[in-house]
Amino acid sequence: MADRAEPLAALQGRINDAAFGGTTLMTVPFVAQVGLRVEPGSAAAGRVETALGLELPEVNRMSESGGRRAIWLAPDEWLVVAADGEERSLVALLEEAIAGEGSVVDLSANRTGLELAGPDARTVLATCCSLDFHPRAFGPGQCAQTLIHKAGVLVEQRGDDRYLLLVRPSFAAYVAEWLLDGMLGLKADAAA
Amino acid sequence: MFEIRCPYCGPRDEPEFKYGGQAHVAYPADPELLSDEEWARFLFVRDNSRGRYAERWNHAAGCRRWFNVIRDTGTHELVGSYRVGEQPEDAR
Repeated sequence: MADRAEPLAALQGRINDAAFGGTTLMTVPFVAQVGLRVEPGSAAAGRVETALGLELPEVNRMSESGGRRAIWLAPDEWLVVAADGEERSLVALLEEAIAGEGSVVDLSANRTGLELAGPDARTVLATCCSLDFHPRAFGPGQCAQTLIHKAGVLVEQRGDDRYLLLVRPSFAAYVAEWLLDGMLGLKADAAA
Repeated sequence: MFEIRCPYCGPRDEPEFKYGGQAHVAYPADPELLSDEEWARFLFVRDNSRGRYAERWNHAAGCRRWFNVIRDTGTHELVGSYRVGEQPEDAR
């Protein structure tokens, strides 16, 4: 893993400078991500739940146990997320659990993370994403695959005002630019 | 812009979806028996009626599932959506 380049290294200075009033953007360059497809309610799904120590979540939800999270993607598809470096052990664990009745693929290189946190995090998100993140519609533990302008993102709400965005590395600068645009606009408003 | 109800993810904005043409166009039971004209008709000819129209959509930026939508071609009203395997009467 020595040769990996952080997808947003070139934007790091501007990302740091955009922080305002406790609202920050942070890169999470590497996240262990394993794509899991298994028939919900099947014996294999049950074995996965036992192995991970969590219930595979329902639509648009996330469940968490021992630093691992299962994020709902589709009716028979989840993204299992863990700290960088855990991908191999996670694949081995899940492959043993499904025992051929489904599919397990290491997708860690497919997405990089951006964490948006702070009192204005939701307002920043609203500047570039049309999904309703108001607490009446979206809250901690919820997730959604949607768009930030033209780029697909997986949004996961990690706390009252904390969001993790998982995006393709080649679209990460595009997404970060839109978030920075929103942050700088709100920062200017706050200073005025 | 439409707000389309994905039967799996819930209501989302139209840019998340791709259009897939008329729904419930059955694949011919035995394509070998069709004349060229009949085959071309299956491939290319679709209804172009005014009123309630069943069409396929794919939630491309979300769960990536295909499903069906009933749309009124006169008013652009989205009457409802339903999963593949369900019938238009199930639309909601």
